[in-house]
Amino acid sequence: MSERIEQRAPGSEGEEDPIVPSSSPVPESTPRRAPSSRRGESVFRFLASGSGVLVVAAIALIGLFLLIQAVPSLMANNANFFTSPEFSTGDANNLSFGIRDLFLVTVFSSVFALVLAMPVALGVALFLTNYAPKQLSRPFAYVVDLLAAVPSIIYGLWGILVLAPAIEPIARWLNTNLGWIFLFRTGNLPVLSGTIFTGGVVLAVMILPIITAVSREVFAQTPRFQIEAAKALGATRWEVIRMATLPYGRSGYIAGSMLGLGRALGETIAVLIVIRASTSPMTFSLFDGGYTFASLIASAASEFSQPLPTGAYISAGLVLFVLTFVVNALARVIAGGKVNG
Amino acid sequence: MRYQRRAAAIGLVAAGALLFSACGSDNAGGGGEQGGANAAACGGKQNLRASGSSAQANAMTRFVTAFEQACEGQTVAYTPSGSGAGRNEFLGGQTDFAGSDSALKDDEAQRAQQRCASPAWNLPMVFGPVAIAYNLAGVPDLALDGTAIARIFNGQITTWNDPAIAALNPGKQLPAAPIIVNFRSDESGTTENFQKYLVAASNGAYGKEAEQTFQGGVGAGARGSQGVADATRNTPNSITYVESSFATRAGLGVAQVVNSGGGQPVPLTAENVGNAINDVAVTGQGNDLELDLNSIYTTRTPNAYPIVLATYEIVCSNYQDDPTGQAVRGFLTTALSPEAQQGLPEAGYVPVPDRFKQRLTTAVNAIQ
Repeated sequence: MSERIEQRAPGSEGEEDPIVPSSSPVPESTPRRAPSSRRGESVFRFLASGSGVLVVAAIALIGLFLLIQAVPSLMANNANFFTSPEFSTGDANNLSFGIRDLFLVTVFSSVFALVLAMPVALGVALFLTNYAPKQLSRPFAYVVDLLAAVPSIIYGLWGILVLAPAIEPIARWLNTNLGWIFLFRTGNLPVLSGTIFTGGVVLAVMILPIITAVSREVFAQTPRFQIEAAKALGATRWEVIRMATLPYGRSGYIAGSMLGLGRALGETIAVLIVIRASTSPMTFSLFDGGYTFASLIASAASEFSQPLPTGAYISAGLVLFVLTFVVNALARVIAGGKVNG
Repeated sequence: MRYQRRAAAIGLVAAGALLFSACGSDNAGGGGEQGGANAAACGGKQNLRASGSSAQANAMTRFVTAFEQACEGQTVAYTPSGSGAGRNEFLGGQTDFAGSDSALKDDEAQRAQQRCASPAWNLPMVFGPVAIAYNLAGVPDLALDGTAIARIFNGQITTWNDPAIAALNPGKQLPAAPIIVNFRSDESGTTENFQKYLVAASNGAYGKEAEQTFQGGVGAGARGSQGVADATRNTPNSITYVESSFATRAGLGVAQVVNSGGGQPVPLTAENVGNAINDVAVTGQGNDLELDLNSIYTTRTPNAYPIVLATYEIVCSNYQDDPTGQAVRGFLTTALSPEAQQGLPEAGYVPVPDRFKQRLTTAVNAIQ
């Protein structure tokens, strides 16, 4: 207890000036309050560690549930689970399902969304912390945060009814002029709207606020003295950003991006509405259609009546679970272990 | 007459004293049940629960409204959670009856026997025509037959001016544009019934299985009836299959269909669909009215529109709980009444045609 007070004292000097003269009651009151605060201490520690354990236990139990439900179906599977593009569970006695296409569509749409969203989010965050006048940066930040409050069904409807027709000319241009790049060649859909391309743009808008918010918070915490030191050396605003803000906020920015990627990987209803289904396998083009893990499960959820076909979908869910786990772990590694600066 | 008065008394009790109405009507319902079956449609359990097919959800809404008006204080809560879920919840005893796009399978029928302690009946109460909807500028009243539709939806016919389509549409200017097929990407009874029609009516030209997911191997999927209707509206030269209400609401063209008897192309109207339903063959025993839908798909009756989705109410023939049986009987009787049936065309269904309605009425009256 006393250690903590000592630690706080130097940092809070400036702000808590009025308290400093009356600092004498603090040491006096500490022994008097000791029994109750010690009980409070242990209660609080119990609650906090309980919450921590609860979350870990819940995750472990979810993983276990997925595994238990998935195994019987995986045993009954007639196709190669990792390489088969088909997902046919109509006949419970003849299951053949694989996750190749689900994995590819999930990764393609999410990574494409990340590629679109990361530079924009960086720009927005830097604008809000370094360029925008104070009166503007507050409301502007609210507006960006509001994007996160829009329900994903709205994004889905907007995506397919408004955005898809609007960006079809862009898709057509890319397809005609850059079709020699595998990403832009004609995919497995007869149309150019409602593709992974469209879905990726929708996802980019959806993950923009989360990346922006995290980056903004981190950039705003850039130590004053570093900025002032750079300025003292005659740095321009861009040089300040490059030499002080970006190196300081890099890991936070990456962590925010990985949070966004996590959201994109797991996004369900918007993807389900926007990306059209196809009858042939994925061809590694952004103009393919298909299902992501989450959208496939959502599309079939109302028909879960027999255990074996249901288990097939749950095994897909298990892979998504693992994938999200891996992405988070990667984020930790990239961010150098010190996420959030 | 006596029982009608008693029913009115129940209504009064229900309206006047909400607190006591539950036991009041249950007791009185038990009394009414001793008498004749058709004396009163109302009475019995107040809040019926049902779930299942979303294809019949809009018809259900109308039936429930009519039921609430006819029988004060009684209602049905219908959850359109999908046919599979509906059957499961009925078999598990969570609901009083199920709405389903397909009849009970054999193993389900056995479980139903246990749940009901009596056979369960499949009653085809709601019929919805499936439209072949298209977006093709300058071609009204496109005519197609089963073989042509099958070959479009399995990718053998790829352009609008294909000779097979041109032969059915003499004198119409068909563009050389490619045909874009939009299909339902989710599992649905509409897809299953449509593919059953293609298998039955195409003389083997379809060559795929009739499953709940689209097997044709061409085109782009969209989610739900609204999804395919929107996709077709937004994509020139595209075609899809969808419940007729969605097609008309989206302003799409609806193809006329030449049925298996050959002859003139049949436009999709309530009367033409009724012609097909009247001739349907029933495979169920007695009051179990499971249909042989192939007899509709391959109908040879002139002016019979062959692509019809039939959805069932799955009920116990003899409920263990008498008030429930009485309420289910009352609800289904109301559903067949002219008041409930007349609004159906606006919602994309067809009223049950008279000849078939007689069979349904007999079965409904026998529910205990």
